[in-house]
Amino acid sequence: MGSLRQGTLTAVLRNVPILMFAGTFVVFGLLTPRFLEYQSLENIAKQASYIGIIAVGETVVLLTAGIDLSVGSNMYVSAVAAGLLMERFAISPLPALLVCLTVGLLFGLFNAFAVTRLHIIPFVVTLATQFAGRGLGWMLSKSRAVTFPQSVTGLGAAELLGIPAPVVIFAVVVLLAWVVLTRTTLGRQIYAVGHGLEAARKAGVDTRRVQATAYIICGVLASLGGFVSVAQLGNVNSGFGQMVEFQAIAAAVLGGASLFGGIGNVFPGTVLGALLIQMVWAGLVATRTDLYLQPLIAAAIIFLAVLLDSVRNTVLARLGRHNIRVEE
Amino acid sequence: MSEPILQFEHVSKSFFGAMALTDITLAVRPGMVLGLVGENGAGKSTLMNILGGVIASDEGQIRLEGRPYSTGSPAEATRAGIAFIHQELNLFSHLSILDNLFIDGFPRIGRTPLIHRREAVRRAKEALAAVNLSISPRTRVDRLTPGQKQLVEIAKALHGGAQIIIFDEPTTSLTSRETERLFALIERLRREGRTILYISHVLADVLRLADEIAVLRDGKVVRTGPKAEFDINAMIAAMVGRQVDQLHPIRRGKPADKVLMSVAGVTEPGIVKDISFDLHEGEILGLFGLMGSGRTELGRILFGLDPFRSGTIDMCGQPRRRRTARRSIAAGMAFVTEDRREEGLLMEAPVTENMALVALPNCRRNRVPGTLDRLALRRSVDEMIASLKIKCVSPRTAAVKSLSGGNQQKTVIGKWLLGRPMVCILDEPTRGIDVGARYEVYSIINDLADRGNGLLCISSELEELMGICDSLLVMSKGRICGRFRRDEFDKERILAAAFEGHLERGPRGSSGASN
Repeated sequence: MGSLRQGTLTAVLRNVPILMFAGTFVVFGLLTPRFLEYQSLENIAKQASYIGIIAVGETVVLLTAGIDLSVGSNMYVSAVAAGLLMERFAISPLPALLVCLTVGLLFGLFNAFAVTRLHIIPFVVTLATQFAGRGLGWMLSKSRAVTFPQSVTGLGAAELLGIPAPVVIFAVVVLLAWVVLTRTTLGRQIYAVGHGLEAARKAGVDTRRVQATAYIICGVLASLGGFVSVAQLGNVNSGFGQMVEFQAIAAAVLGGASLFGGIGNVFPGTVLGALLIQMVWAGLVATRTDLYLQPLIAAAIIFLAVLLDSVRNTVLARLGRHNIRVEE
Repeated sequence: MSEPILQFEHVSKSFFGAMALTDITLAVRPGMVLGLVGENGAGKSTLMNILGGVIASDEGQIRLEGRPYSTGSPAEATRAGIAFIHQELNLFSHLSILDNLFIDGFPRIGRTPLIHRREAVRRAKEALAAVNLSISPRTRVDRLTPGQKQLVEIAKALHGGAQIIIFDEPTTSLTSRETERLFALIERLRREGRTILYISHVLADVLRLADEIAVLRDGKVVRTGPKAEFDINAMIAAMVGRQVDQLHPIRRGKPADKVLMSVAGVTEPGIVKDISFDLHEGEILGLFGLMGSGRTELGRILFGLDPFRSGTIDMCGQPRRRRTARRSIAAGMAFVTEDRREEGLLMEAPVTENMALVALPNCRRNRVPGTLDRLALRRSVDEMIASLKIKCVSPRTAAVKSLSGGNQQKTVIGKWLLGRPMVCILDEPTRGIDVGARYEVYSIINDLADRGNGLLCISSELEELMGICDSLLVMSKGRICGRFRRDEFDKERILAAAFEGHLERGPRGSSGASN
């Protein structure tokens, strides 16, 4: 009996992200049926896509016990670079996307270099590249908004088998990330490095290469997320991508990723986290909540989720300790 | 006589100008167990770290099967067939056994980067079978006992094709049964022709396992020879450079009648049950038990780190409620934890900073509230370093992790003594430290008792407790099931009490209580 209840408790605690997601969904659904309409759900998925893509990259970095605060600026510069080239030289969307991803790659490379070769802690490195990126973007664009042509915004509205293109891209990114993290040596090494850098080194893991790869993946995904967002918005103003790093980190943490590394997953974790954040925003709009209350309520829900996660870890650790004696 | 598989030739290494190894020359033949003994700081770990590729030597070279071998990284050492089973096991506890076995390279599907899971599981099962561990490779490592974790490490070494396996203090966290199993495995590996380098402070184990023994002192090999040339006293004599006839200081003082700490009926379901005892002024009270008997858990509860359901803990006749470590310290308690790396020290910080931690509140400047009297603090820390004879080149700058285990432990003890406690709980105070430093720790404990402190010494080494304690409590399965005064100490009876409630009877009580 006691062990059954303990089993249930453990099961509940292990699935906090899913339960939070389901709970929020049901609550908003009951408050306004409009929330449950297909159009509204499709919108949530579409809007969650770009944050989700960036959050996937962020998750990979968090798993190595690092952090990337530069993703927002990264998406800004890479989108500005692509947009300016389209404006001046009228290049087509595909080369523009490649330019965008290249800028993101360079961002990732620089972060990786500073973290693994210069041994600067990730928080400081990426805080610096966050400012640098924003400044670079302002310099390139002279702080004015860069408008994208129809050829790009058309992509944002495109559909594949009835599914919006951003959602398809998000799904592909998640699938690839899931395969890399769970089905390749690199992926398992990412977890190992986050779990214990020195232990991983002693176990023969090329820890610098693994860390560097994580920042590069994150950089490329940030620029891809930026491009997806641009395709939906149509223009890039000087505040584009601001605070995105926090949404991405929040999505990863809501999905169960640990800021201390080694714990977390992209699917279902980060996907649920990204959807949850977007769902909260959409739900607040749909229920016509006071505009000034919305950020506070969103913050409260995020806080609650992270609190539950913390409680979960403490309780699971305690349950685990009991188990040690039983096994002995 | 076969050619040596491994030769150290004039290997030297210094750290920050201090010589750690001087001109080490040593040859190891294949298929033998070399026991490596020496005090902490004698250079055993440094030598093995060089072999394992963790650090590089300054001078000299190593030959593997006659060929020069240069140590670049742990990965290279692995490729050269050298495996290092570290004292603190290097496993990723949140990952599965499978992940741990293959972390430096999974089997792949064809030429794709994808992991061939079925192949990996098959090979993992083979590797686990080779060490007689029948457990699913998908099990997460944090679900395993210390003994099982060690078997996983060994399985990893073997499936990597290791010919030379280094064991660094492998028995510290094992139960007696696990130790027996490990020894049988080492014996089998030796018969298979693998070469074992076995480092341990448990000299009886070394004597039992090794074919040859090398003794290190102050970074030099002072004596090598076949096992037959050694007995325990000879090893100790070579290690400390003098004859040691006394392992424990003579206990002069006697406990007084005044009760410092009174524990009555303390119970926490699943952890400890109905614990009652008194700790007197000037008393050294031993707490003996096997792994998992609840001894460490009881220490944590007494100090206020873990909760308990019922019972009372009084300090100096005052019942204490709402217990936290902070309040316990304020009430005059100190707790030297079992794991000094994780819980006892800030490994990156210097000795002085570590020691100052507990004493900070005692060094407040009275005139300006909230500020520290740094001079007084420095003076008391310096006094403590001198009185405990902590050996450290630069206590103000060098990180504690660069110190030997014995000096680290003295730093932990010094930290607590600066807080002038009345009751000290010491959990495994001599774990992983050498004979000489042990004697010094025992002397410190003895002096504290003579000055009227009450000490509770938790240990898995019965001989240690029998040597230093006035009386002894024996725990088994969370209960106290034996109380012995010094004149009643009897190894067999104490061990019998410790095994009470366990199905198997009679295996080795502890690493120190063998033969």
